[in-house]
Amino acid sequence: MTPFIIRRLAIAIPTLLILIIFSFLLMEAAPGSPFSTERGVPPQVLANLEARYGLDQPLWKRMGIYVWNIVTQFDFGPSFVFKDRTVNEVIAQGFPITVTYGVWSFVVAVAIGGTLGIMAAVYHNTWLDYLAVGISVGAQVLPNFVMAPILVIVFTLWLGWLPGGGWQGGQWQYIIMPVIALSTSFMASIARLTRSSMLEVLNSNYIRTARAKGLPMRRVIFLHALKPALLPVISYLGPAFVGMITGSVVIDVFFSTGGIGQFFVNSALSRDYSMIMGITILTGALTIFFNLVVDILYAWIDPKIRY
Amino acid sequence: MTLLDVKNLGVSFRTNDGDVNAVNGVSFSVKAGETVALVGESGSGKSQTAFAIMGLLARNGTSTGEITFDGNRIDGLAQSDLNRIRAEEIAMIFQDPMTSLNPYMKISDQMIEVLTLHKGMSKSEALNECVRMLDAVRIPEARARITMYPHEFSGGMRQRIMIAMSLLCGPKLLIADEPTTALDVTVQAQIMDLLSDIRRDFGTAIILITHDLGIVAGACERTIVLYGGQIMETGPTRDIFARPSHPYTLGLLKAVPRLDVDHDILPTIDGEPPNMSALPQGCPFSPRCTFAVDRCASDRPVLSQHGIIHRACHREAEAVK
Repeated sequence: MTPFIIRRLAIAIPTLLILIIFSFLLMEAAPGSPFSTERGVPPQVLANLEARYGLDQPLWKRMGIYVWNIVTQFDFGPSFVFKDRTVNEVIAQGFPITVTYGVWSFVVAVAIGGTLGIMAAVYHNTWLDYLAVGISVGAQVLPNFVMAPILVIVFTLWLGWLPGGGWQGGQWQYIIMPVIALSTSFMASIARLTRSSMLEVLNSNYIRTARAKGLPMRRVIFLHALKPALLPVISYLGPAFVGMITGSVVIDVFFSTGGIGQFFVNSALSRDYSMIMGITILTGALTIFFNLVVDILYAWIDPKIRY
Repeated sequence: MTLLDVKNLGVSFRTNDGDVNAVNGVSFSVKAGETVALVGESGSGKSQTAFAIMGLLARNGTSTGEITFDGNRIDGLAQSDLNRIRAEEIAMIFQDPMTSLNPYMKISDQMIEVLTLHKGMSKSEALNECVRMLDAVRIPEARARITMYPHEFSGGMRQRIMIAMSLLCGPKLLIADEPTTALDVTVQAQIMDLLSDIRRDFGTAIILITHDLGIVAGACERTIVLYGGQIMETGPTRDIFARPSHPYTLGLLKAVPRLDVDHDILPTIDGEPPNMSALPQGCPFSPRCTFAVDRCASDRPVLSQHGIIHRACHREAEAVK
C-alpha cells in the first residue's frame, strides 16, 4: 500500500505541471488583460504595469519563473486585481471559510442523502421509496441560485431567524444557510446513487445467502449490503468533496461569506492571471489528493483490490 | 416420519406484463433423512418452490398453499420466526458458488455470525466449530484459510464452504438448488459425494433441485418431475428411470446423452418452455407432447396413482413409450 501511495503522489507532480502549462496557455489565448478598462489606459502606463508584473517577458519565461517561485518558495505571486495582496494571502483568508461550510455541507449531504438512498432501496416500490425519490428529484432540480434566495426570503425576511449574509468568524447562524444551499444538489445525487447501488446489492446472490442464514434484516443491510453498496458512492464523493470545500461562487456572492468560491468566476472575468492559476492549482491538487483517498478507501472495502 | 409437507403450493409474481404463475398447485412431502430430487427445465418452478419454502421469494412474489415443517405450519410466519427456521431447521445452498458468498467479508466472519446469532456461542467457540465444519467438508488447512476472502477459493471450494456454512446449526433439511450446475464435471462429482456423506453422517434430509438427470440417478431415492409449475410424475427414482410413464419424463430421459448408444443427433423435446403468464388450460406440456389427444389441451390431468408411481397424464401409462 505505501509504495502505491508514494507512486501516486509522485505522478501528481507531472500532472500538476501539465495542468499549469495548459491553464497558462488557455489564459494566454483569452483576449484582454487585467489592466484593460473601458476607458483605456495610456500606453506608457500600460507598459509600466506590464513591466511591474512581468507581462513584458515572453510566455515561456513567465511560466518558468511562476513554476520556480511555487516550487522554491510556495509563492503564487501578487494578485493582479487586489493591488496590495498576494494570491497566497487571498487564499489563506478565503479557503478556511469555504472549507468550513464545505465540510458541513459534505456531512449534511452524506448523512441525509445516504439515509434517503438506503431507505428508498430497502423499502423499494413503497411510499417511502417514492417519498425519498421525490425529495431527491426535487432537490436536484433546485439550483443553488434559486435555493439561496428562497432560504433568505423564508429564514431572514419572514421568520427573522437567521442573518441574510456575512461570516462573522464562522458563527453557526452564518453557516446554516450556505450549508443548506450548497448541500442540496449533492445530497440528491448521493441519495440517487446510494439507492441504485443498494438496490443492486440487495438483489445479489450473497444477500440472498445472508437472508437464507436467518440473519435479521438490519444485520443484512448494515453488515452485508452497506459496504459494497457504498463503492460507487465513494468514487462520486471524492470529487464532490473537493467541489464542496472549494465553495461556490453563488454561495460566496449571495451570502457575502468571503470564501474563495467567488474567485473561480471573478478572477477569470477580471483576468487576474495569478489568481486564476492559484485557484486552478489548489483545486487540481485537492482533486488528485482526494482521488487517492478514494482509491485507498476502495482497497479497504474491497479485498480483491490490492495495490 | 414426514419432515416437510407441501400442500397445493402456488407461487405467482406480479409483473408489468401481468401475473406470472411460476408454481401451480404442487404437493409433496419429504421424510426425515430422505433425498428427494426436484427435476425440470428452466422455468419449471423448481427453484421458486424452494424459495417459497424458505420464504425467500422476490418482493413481487406471493405464495399460497400450506407448508408444514416438523408438524408446524411455516408459511406466512413472521420474519423473526422465519429467521429461526432458516439455518436452524432448513438450510439452503445455491446454484452459483462464485457469487453466493459475500465477497467483501472474510469466510470466518460469514460463518461465525450464524453460530453467535442462532446458538448464542462466543466468537472463539464459534470459530472452532466453523473450522471443524470446514474440515468435515474437506477444506484443506481450514484453520489457516478461514480468515481468507471468498475470491481466494475456487468455485468447488466455495460450494464446500457454502455447504459447511449451511450445516453449522445442524438443520434437518438442506435444500440444494442446482449445487453443481456452475462447476466442472469432476468437481460436480466431488460435491455430490460430499452431499451423500453429509446425509449419512448428519442424517440431513436433502431436496436436490436440478435439471441434470445424471446426478439424480445416483443420489436421490425419490424424484419429482416438474413442468409448467406442476408435478408431471413422481415416484422412486429407480422406477421412474427404468420405466418413465409420462411423456415429459420420457422426453427428458431420451435427451440425456449416452455413450453406449450411437446418436447422430441428440434427441430433444420440440417446442419451447411454456409462457408462465399464459399456460394452456389443460396439461401445460400438451403443446409439445407427441402423445397428446384432444382433451389434453382443455382438461388438466390430476396426479393419480399408477402402481408405485404418481403421474398426471390422460394417456394410459402403457401407451407412453
